[in-house]
Amino acid sequence: MNLSVWIDGIGFVAPGLPAWPATADVLAGHAAYESAPTVLAPPALLPPAERRRASRLVKAALGAGLEAVSQSGADAATLATVFASSSGDGHNCHALCETLASDDRAVSPTRFHNSVHNAAAGYWGIATGAMAPSQVLCAYDAGFAAGLLEATVQVATAKTPILLICYDAEYPEPIFAKRPVPDAGGVALLLSPARSPQSLAAAKVSLGDTPAVAMADAALEKLRTDIPAMRALPLLQLIARAQAGTVSLEYLAPLQLQVEVAPC
Amino acid sequence: MTPLLLSHFTASTCLGRGLAPTRAALESVASGLKLCDFETVRLDTWIGEVAGVDDVRLPAALARHDCRNNRLALLGLEADGFADAVRAAIGRLGRRRIGVILGTSTSGMLQLELAYRRRDPATGALPEDFTYATTHNTYSVAGFVREYFGLEGPAVVVSTACSSSAKVFAAAARMIACGLIDAAVVGGVDSLCLTTLYGFNSLELTAPGPCRPYDAGRHGISIGEGAAFALLEPAPAALPADPVLLLGAGESSDAYHMSSPHPEGLGARLAMERALADANLSPADIDYINLHGTATPANDAAEGKAVAALFGTAVPCSSTKGATGHTLGAAGALEAVACALALRHGFLPGSANTGQLDPEIPIDYLLATRHAEVRHAVTNSFGFGGSNCSLVLGRPA
Repeated sequence: MNLSVWIDGIGFVAPGLPAWPATADVLAGHAAYESAPTVLAPPALLPPAERRRASRLVKAALGAGLEAVSQSGADAATLATVFASSSGDGHNCHALCETLASDDRAVSPTRFHNSVHNAAAGYWGIATGAMAPSQVLCAYDAGFAAGLLEATVQVATAKTPILLICYDAEYPEPIFAKRPVPDAGGVALLLSPARSPQSLAAAKVSLGDTPAVAMADAALEKLRTDIPAMRALPLLQLIARAQAGTVSLEYLAPLQLQVEVAPC
Repeated sequence: MTPLLLSHFTASTCLGRGLAPTRAALESVASGLKLCDFETVRLDTWIGEVAGVDDVRLPAALARHDCRNNRLALLGLEADGFADAVRAAIGRLGRRRIGVILGTSTSGMLQLELAYRRRDPATGALPEDFTYATTHNTYSVAGFVREYFGLEGPAVVVSTACSSSAKVFAAAARMIACGLIDAAVVGGVDSLCLTTLYGFNSLELTAPGPCRPYDAGRHGISIGEGAAFALLEPAPAALPADPVLLLGAGESSDAYHMSSPHPEGLGARLAMERALADANLSPADIDYINLHGTATPANDAAEGKAVAALFGTAVPCSSTKGATGHTLGAAGALEAVACALALRHGFLPGSANTGQLDPEIPIDYLLATRHAEVRHAVTNSFGFGGSNCSLVLGRPA
């Protein structure tokens, strides 16, 4: 089966890159990349109780997702979703482990339900009212490729648009020393089975052996390797430059994900 | 969907290692639950612990994957000759053409919990022997299984809390339909840890005694652990004897609350409807439903409403969690295996520990095992965050 999709919207947030338009400028070479702490907007769509409970990880996911949806003009309430993250909320995990290693092991119920890997997907459902299927994946550093593969497979089999959201956030110490993800980042792609006026590019996905490509710019390459979700950057750069070409994205070596891109 | 063959399957829980003790316990309505004595956890709750997990040794080359969850995975893979069946499939299909798609909720969480007790008193650092990627990380069980078999195809973990390892069947079916792989090792592995025991306790969702699904006096869950696997591949023209097929899958989201099900069971009903549509079957075609049936007051009430609305009292159903406990991320695959046993051996398992049925839930709930031919079975799995998945399994006409 041909795994071809149309990219109808992009959402993005990362250190020094608050949204997709600014990111596209940097990736196209129109502006220099300067890293700065990630700025995460409070998810306005959530009811107040859930907004208070939303972690940085959830904010990164919801922010990127909503940006991609609003660009595409899709209706979030009907969209199926694929979420991919290399971990759950690191601060929450640290707090749970501290409590469980203490004499009083009474953990907070909110901390516990926020510890599930699908917390962002749950909050997304509450925010949008979407009762469509929602997939939640983990593939360690290969999360973007695994998520893009699952999302294109879903577009091909269900023949409906799918929102892919790939997102990560930092762990505090002492876990940070073992898993040094430094900050939050999210990338979202609205993938569609048919071309529309909103379509930015066509993408064809396949498995292959070509080694994953690096970013030429050293600072962007550091971003690509620092935050797992940013393994998407080589693909986003082709789109930002409206350039046709094929990139190989990091998956599960020796297997890599090849994406052939054609601008609209 | 195009039917897929479960060419091999296995399950290990507190009921025992492999299909024989699992079938014997389910058929005789026995329970493997006991008062919680796990690690240093002293809570007034019951658990379903797999015997001998601590004694499992990973191959030396895979020592960096060593943690309770991956030991349980290995214990499960070696039951019923499942690992040999995977190796035979690799011989037939090649290591690139077999995917590894597994569900877990907590993965190697216990490994991090234990490491936090051994932090450097001066710096707070975690011990040097703690390896994050291959134990704690949610992906680690799929990474371990992929490496154990030397597979080089797609691999991923689905982690949607208690629906995780039902959803892996749907994900594998899609990948096979697209021609990316020719077979998949699917399943679920979830192991006991402090986070879930104290966490569910904090939500007041753990029962003081053994869990009693659909009982009028049900008081919550008993947490279990388990490893269940299936080798999923396109059904060949010449089916083997006693084939069990995956006929359909349906997924939905509640869009309601992080830790409570939709009170009317709307998400649950959608998942079942979509699974039936995917299998091209109607409610009247179903002979048995393995319910999610966690035994919390809210879950069984919501699921019961959804089942009653769709099936009325026409379809016998039961939860097997009174026998196994709630194995969380392993529950979907475990209960798919329970359905496979029901289909293959012609029995509808009764409900261990359930005494007095809840009169408010108008469904045909089985207290005792019924022996009857089962042609089509549905299994339900619903998780925190409102993630729902139903599967339809069956035997060919």
